[in-house]
Amino acid sequence: MHITEEQSQRHVLSLTVANEAGILARIAGMFTARGYNIDSLTVADITQDHSISRITIVTNGPPRMIDQIIAQLDRLVPVHRVVDLTEVGPYVERELALVKVAGTGDHRIEALRLAEVFRAKVVDTTIESFIFEITGTTEKIDTFAGLMRQIGLVEIGRTGVVGLIRGKAAI
Amino acid sequence: MADTQAVAASQPAAPAARSKARERSGADILCECLVDLGVEVVFGYPGGAVLPIYDALYAHPKIKHILVRHEQAATHAAEGYARSTGKPGVVLVTSGPGATNAITGITDALMDSIPMIVITGQVATHLIGTDAFQEADTVGLTRHCTKHNYLVKTPGRLAHVIHEAFHIATSGRPGPVVIDIPKDVQVATAPYSRPDPIDHPSYRPAFHGDPRLIESAVEMLMAAERPILYTGGGVINSGPEAAAHLRALAAMTGAPVTSTLMGLGAFPASSPQWLGMLGMHGTYEANFAMNKADLILCLGARFDDRVTGRLDAFSPNSKKIHVDIDRSSVNKNVLVDLAVIGDVGSVMADMIALLEKRGYTRPDFAEWWARIEGWRARRSLDYVEGGEEIMPQRAIADLFAATRGKDVIITTEVGQHQMWAAQHFHFDDPNKWLTSGGLGTMGYGLPAAIGAQLGNPDALVIDIAGDASIQMNIQELGTATQYRLPVKIFILNNEYMGMVRQWQELTYESRYSESYSDSLPDFVKLAEAYGWTGIRIDGHDDLAAGIQRMIDTPGPVLVDCRVAKLSNCFPMIPSGAAHTDMLLDPSMVSGTMDDEAKALV
Repeated sequence: MHITEEQSQRHVLSLTVANEAGILARIAGMFTARGYNIDSLTVADITQDHSISRITIVTNGPPRMIDQIIAQLDRLVPVHRVVDLTEVGPYVERELALVKVAGTGDHRIEALRLAEVFRAKVVDTTIESFIFEITGTTEKIDTFAGLMRQIGLVEIGRTGVVGLIRGKAAI
Repeated sequence: MADTQAVAASQPAAPAARSKARERSGADILCECLVDLGVEVVFGYPGGAVLPIYDALYAHPKIKHILVRHEQAATHAAEGYARSTGKPGVVLVTSGPGATNAITGITDALMDSIPMIVITGQVATHLIGTDAFQEADTVGLTRHCTKHNYLVKTPGRLAHVIHEAFHIATSGRPGPVVIDIPKDVQVATAPYSRPDPIDHPSYRPAFHGDPRLIESAVEMLMAAERPILYTGGGVINSGPEAAAHLRALAAMTGAPVTSTLMGLGAFPASSPQWLGMLGMHGTYEANFAMNKADLILCLGARFDDRVTGRLDAFSPNSKKIHVDIDRSSVNKNVLVDLAVIGDVGSVMADMIALLEKRGYTRPDFAEWWARIEGWRARRSLDYVEGGEEIMPQRAIADLFAATRGKDVIITTEVGQHQMWAAQHFHFDDPNKWLTSGGLGTMGYGLPAAIGAQLGNPDALVIDIAGDASIQMNIQELGTATQYRLPVKIFILNNEYMGMVRQWQELTYESRYSESYSDSLPDFVKLAEAYGWTGIRIDGHDDLAAGIQRMIDTPGPVLVDCRVAKLSNCFPMIPSGAAHTDMLLDPSMVSGTMDDEAKALV
């Protein structure tokens, strides 16, 4: 007997939740408990009184699984709203990464040149290294990291995706 | 107590309330809340981390505390109480092992949507995270087996949390809510005044269905030629009005009605429109009607794997309407054509009103009923008798017959006896059938019977049990004795974990690995040791008299009914099979199964 898997799609979910103890464990745990995937997850409080946080989750799965994920998130008591940015229409998504590259000579010059092309900022430097700050889509950061890998990538830290729908409306 | 004061001081000030309300300890606030919320019975077990609450209970005689013998039993007793009365069940246990022992029952309540509040003691706030004596991460452990849970770190938050917890447990799709209260929070004081009605910022379950969707549902129903009402535990949870609406809807349409295990009793089994339970051990007519229907109206059920059988062969030619209060139940296992999210009773009432408004008259389903009668004629629940041993089905049928005219509540454990009870004990009213459906928890029946008896002092409460299951919470015999609860236990004793043995016979060529109940106790003597009456039924000659003696004997009675050892529960849809591949009797069993089927539960 072999286990078959269905085709997956990438979805970006944006949630507003009560900023209370255990909320992240509740949400992350629901994904593990029900066998769903998390590609990235970001969380921070977003209101002046610190009562509400926004969580952005990048997940993947077949359409029915995505539908279930949204329904399961929505029934958690502290969850105010769940929106599938991928479904509701045009949206902006960004990720920030810090990319440390070490090297001298040609590699060092090439790293700086590529950083300029990608509009990455230098936020730390030594004679033998840079840390670049880059924002963009996941794909852009993947590409940048892929190039840097060939010329001295040491390590990378990524925030995961945040996203908002385009236009004046809120979710 | 320095820590206590620190906790009291760190709570947010509530000036208006503070000036008016007297300061009370957290434990007192808890008890006051329970009284304000109308709680009459608490099932619990004391321990170090709940001693302040037990001391406060001492001063609150309005709350009746039932001392169980094991915390798991407290949760099942609360479930039995809740399921039979419609009120939430309340549990009080200590930290650490008290909380972990309660987890099985909490999970059971989550799976079966039972409203339950579990109050757990916790080590003092300054000890949390230090691996203190009897410390467990109760909110962490129960996060995914509760509808919601709380750790309350200041007594000033307690009243709000307790009222909110009751609101969450009892509204929407009901479920268990855990409130973890550290010991210092039970001792520290805060002003108490009854909180305002809960207006939750994010938890707002739908109650009324969308009128446009209800209109579509009514139109689909009016267009159907072979409809079937597939009902579930949601109808029971919604309350007696929902069961009344179901009966009215069935009477208006003339459609056949089937139900899940959890929904038995919502529709009267004595009605000619009743097809019996559906699913793995459901009737031939119920499963065939589901398979051949052109419209399934699912009311408060969730297309569970025990009900659907093989998914790609489940009711292939029907339109499906799903009425459920929980959106996550929709399209989880089976894709439906129309989903109405809301309370099933409210939606049915709206459907009935709309049908009346449209001048709906009962259609002619004669052809559909003729086919159903053809399937019914297979008499799928029949069993072969004639041997010296009592057939278990016969024992339940006789128990059913002997208890007519009484207010009977049946609880069960889990296994063959549970399915035989569902098939051969027939229910005409809701809240009379208490069983562990989703989780399938052996050991549920006796404590559930105790809870049901407390909520229904005049009812004849019978736990139909198996010889293996009953031993999982056998210690609760003592609880029934202590509170003089006239609970009856009717054990179908076949000296096996019968359902395990049955699956081994069907799936593993009768290799009975560890399913024989060796070293069984003498149940009669065991009952007597606890102050119960014990009765043994050995053969046909004792059956009627034994059952009658059980009914007539005041106080708790345990009956050890020896039944045929190797009988199987039929009909049965083997795992991985379609509704139309039902096994009706042992002669249809081939004896082997492929890996795909074996891998399914």
